[in-house]
Amino acid sequence: MAVYEHLYGAYEGESHTAWSRFLVIPRYALREVFKSKLLTTIFILCFIYPLIAAILVYLHHNANALALLQINVRELLPIDASFFRTFLEVQGSFAFILTVLVAPPLISRDLANNALPLYLCRPLSRTEYVLGKMAVVVFLLSMMTWVPGLLIFFFQASLGGLAWLWANLWMIWAIFVGSMMWIILLSLLALAISSIVKWRVVASGALLGLFFVPSAFGEIVNQLFLTRSGHLISLWATMNSIWRGLFGLFVRQTGAVRGRVSNPIYDGQSVDIVLLEPPLWVSWLIIALVCAVCVWLLARKVRAYEVIK
Amino acid sequence: MTSVIELEQLSVTFGRRPILRSLNGELNGRAIGLLGPNGAGKTTLIHTLLGFHPPTSGTARIFGQDITHDAKQVRAAVGYMPERDSFIAKMSCVHFVRLMAELSGIPAKHALERAHEALFYVGLGEARYRPVDSYSLGMKQLAKLAQAIVHGPKLIILDEPTNGLDPPTRSRMISLVRQIRDGGRARILLSSHLLRDVEECCDEILVLKDGYLAANCNLDEERKANRKFIELETRGGDRAAFVEAIGGLGCEYALSGERRVKLIMQETVEISDLYRLALEHGVQIRRLNFKRDSLEDIFLKAMENGNAPMNGRSNDGGL
Repeated sequence: MAVYEHLYGAYEGESHTAWSRFLVIPRYALREVFKSKLLTTIFILCFIYPLIAAILVYLHHNANALALLQINVRELLPIDASFFRTFLEVQGSFAFILTVLVAPPLISRDLANNALPLYLCRPLSRTEYVLGKMAVVVFLLSMMTWVPGLLIFFFQASLGGLAWLWANLWMIWAIFVGSMMWIILLSLLALAISSIVKWRVVASGALLGLFFVPSAFGEIVNQLFLTRSGHLISLWATMNSIWRGLFGLFVRQTGAVRGRVSNPIYDGQSVDIVLLEPPLWVSWLIIALVCAVCVWLLARKVRAYEVIK
Repeated sequence: MTSVIELEQLSVTFGRRPILRSLNGELNGRAIGLLGPNGAGKTTLIHTLLGFHPPTSGTARIFGQDITHDAKQVRAAVGYMPERDSFIAKMSCVHFVRLMAELSGIPAKHALERAHEALFYVGLGEARYRPVDSYSLGMKQLAKLAQAIVHGPKLIILDEPTNGLDPPTRSRMISLVRQIRDGGRARILLSSHLLRDVEECCDEILVLKDGYLAANCNLDEERKANRKFIELETRGGDRAAFVEAIGGLGCEYALSGERRVKLIMQETVEISDLYRLALEHGVQIRRLNFKRDSLEDIFLKAMENGNAPMNGRSNDGGL
């Protein structure tokens, strides 16, 4: 089929390997993402905190620099599990912002323009289509969570020596699994919403709402009933518990209330309540359930044509 | 030789509603027309062949490959032009077609080359850098055709390709389909409710009605079979001697009015023999018609036939 011949002809050249075909989708989608100056700027801003963290690690091991800046090493944050958990929390928040901006149109735009039959009439399964779309979010969020996290870890290990590395080797697992849990949760939620809602703005709003509304409601429940059970409906709190668990910082008792309480439920009553966080396994279960619901929704909604029975 | 499409007791049910009911048959034409009134199951059949809906029972094969078990191989060999507006937003047409080529397995570099070629082929060469969402309806249809042929499939499925097109664009689309058909490198399955489109492009038809196979016939054979019935309109000369001479060739004839002659041609007689006889007897042949069933006749007969399921092929007009 040459341009000058204007004839139809079959393609007889080489082909991609079948397994890697789904990677075409993120390649095109990422090109679209980085066409936007706003998204590129936000993506670059997401590396400010890792840069600060790297500088902190460097300062810990450079007496000359500390002397020059007139800082005592004890004034700096210690490079330990808490340091990396905070890193994950900060980068996790940036990851959430980027997901709200990037992920909602990924499937909804295809639904709005009836593009799904075009993808699915090719040698590409529905699972591969979803994996391709998910790869866009996974790549972007990986670049700002576990990839810089592990780079900083190994930077610290190179400066702190083998003893530090052996003592903290388990943190590699915590950084990677903690990041991937968050990435998978965000990408599945965003794609599931994107497959239900055809309008980008509504999809972004729904994703924001899904995180903030239950969190706010959970906090109200916690305050009214003097409990921590409200965290069960807050994805932020649930994920925080998992991160604390992975970094060995999880404690169940996070407070106690004794004496007279002035709130609408216990108005003026004298109480003695120990505030217990939900068990760690419950947090894992909640995240697994949310992911399972998202996968079920995607399996129902990502179809070439919706059949009305 | 492997059939283009084989249907084997193919049934599809949505909920409790049967949409396709035990379809059987083999389709071998270069361009196969899929006809039927609205709701007959044409689009469902196409979607089932593409693996969008699983068959409730039975199966189908495309070039010998099962649509359920070899779904990916089937889809690699097929190009599909959907009925509705379908494109990827915020993408220039050349990038859209290139993406589709890459998803079909063509490496990036070749995909770009093929995308340019496909767009020039369908006549969108000059507009290929414009976003598809800015195209007119006719241009979008051509872009959909380009993405369907960019990977050089062996079977091209066109679902209502001329829907909503103005006459010049329609005739361009039809001529492209005929070009591809005549090139012989790809088979075509064309679904349409416009009999004229099917008649112009297809050599075999499959008529569906209420999910049943109402007719399956080869239009070429149908045309050949009907070639023997001829109606002539003559002027001047010795008409009586002319018709006697035709009779002498072994053809049965009947006179109709003062100028018309109806005759049944023998296998050994050619049209040129009629002209030769007309010249010998000074008769002008002003009009020569093959009296054959039009596609409309075939379609209407199939529709009148009720919902009786039909298996295999019928070429005898008794559809």
